[in-house]
Amino acid sequence: MGTDVLAVDVEKKLGAFSLAVKFEAHGGVTALFGPSGSGKTSVVHMIAGLLAPDRGRIALDEETLFDSAGRTNVPAHRRRIGVVFQEGRLFPHLSVARNLDYGRRMQGLPSDEAESRRVIELLDIGHLLRRRPGRLSGGERQRVAFGRALLMKPRLLLLDEPLASLDRRRKLEILPYLVRLRDEAGVPMIYVSHQAGEIVKIASQVVRIEDGRAAASGGLELLDAERREMIF
Amino acid sequence: MFELTPEEWTAVRLSIRIATAATLGALPPGIAVAWLLARRNFWGKALLDGLVHLPLVLPPVVTGYLLLIWFGRKGPVGAILDNYFGIVFSFRWTGAALACGVMAFPLLVRAIRLSFEAIDGRLEDAASTLGANGLWVFLTVTLPLALPGVIAGLVLCFAKALGEFGATITFVSNIPGQTQTISAAIYTLTQVPNGDAAALRLVLVAIVIALAALIASEWFARRAGLRYHGD
Repeated sequence: MGTDVLAVDVEKKLGAFSLAVKFEAHGGVTALFGPSGSGKTSVVHMIAGLLAPDRGRIALDEETLFDSAGRTNVPAHRRRIGVVFQEGRLFPHLSVARNLDYGRRMQGLPSDEAESRRVIELLDIGHLLRRRPGRLSGGERQRVAFGRALLMKPRLLLLDEPLASLDRRRKLEILPYLVRLRDEAGVPMIYVSHQAGEIVKIASQVVRIEDGRAAASGGLELLDAERREMIF
Repeated sequence: MFELTPEEWTAVRLSIRIATAATLGALPPGIAVAWLLARRNFWGKALLDGLVHLPLVLPPVVTGYLLLIWFGRKGPVGAILDNYFGIVFSFRWTGAALACGVMAFPLLVRAIRLSFEAIDGRLEDAASTLGANGLWVFLTVTLPLALPGVIAGLVLCFAKALGEFGATITFVSNIPGQTQTISAAIYTLTQVPNGDAAALRLVLVAIVIALAALIASEWFARRAGLRYHGD
């Protein structure tokens, strides 16, 4: 804990919607929690470098990634921030093994057999390596997406509603893997969700996003009891 | 009846060589222009788009004549190429390839551009978060996913180049062994007495080559499609 891992203070106008979000995240898992359309995904895209804020600053481990005052904007491919998207976004023309290896190759990192075996075992995807993403179930696809993001050795992992595209049974099937990921990967994570039930299982810190603003931040007590019981 | 004479074989070989050179030569600029038109907004984009499509709507004779003015030995571009690089287009098979490449260019660009536009940009975003810079995103994600469109464009380009007549004959004339393609040879044969049998033989050859190209492209495209959607 102690020092902030991630500091975000950004403003962005998106059509009629205006976003002004400020929060800090420490190690472990921080949830960005809020209803659909509150601007969570835009925040994730700004942290990843896929969307430039109009104003503000984003810093990770003391390094400034974006600063409108200093005109800094580190491009996405140099940020080393792993992202798991809601729809997985696996490359359809590459096998699972090549998808998993993609980040490492693009970063120019040496091949690390032990690490890939560890991640593959952690996510239980060893039997899928030769398949193409088109032949995976939704749950398998998301597990591969976790692995792909993890194997690029990210400094931070952004999980953008990673379970939202799955039905309840698949969610329950994947959740244990997420918990393992949290406990064993040792990478700070931002977990975006509108489902309190997921967040309770994963996160330790919560930032509540409402209507383009960070309305509150603190511990799990921010999720009111009613919402907690809704999902699981 | 179906034995080709040596002159006819020359025309067939020359046609294939010209169409192949035109297609391969048009491919790199074709990919670049298609990408620009599909993915970038810049000043003069409409102009570039129009310019690329011009050979499709201009009378081929006009395109051929413009090529003659610019790329002929005395033309502004042709003179430079001749003096400094020793490259001559006029009345050579290379000139025929240039004319065919220019005429087929719009078809190539169109097919590739459509396939670029059909690619899910979110996959490219995902690649960049994984550490791929713009060039690597293009080489490892955009281009492989556009492959079926690129192949379709190549076949269209090849077929168009094979059949090109007006611009070629205007630019480089109709010299047997130099610039006389199948089309030009058929045209010549229809102008002389007793040329019908030979003309028909070349017509058959043209049909066979075109069909073979279509079947090959279909096969490649299906293979590429399989690669992306399962198996």
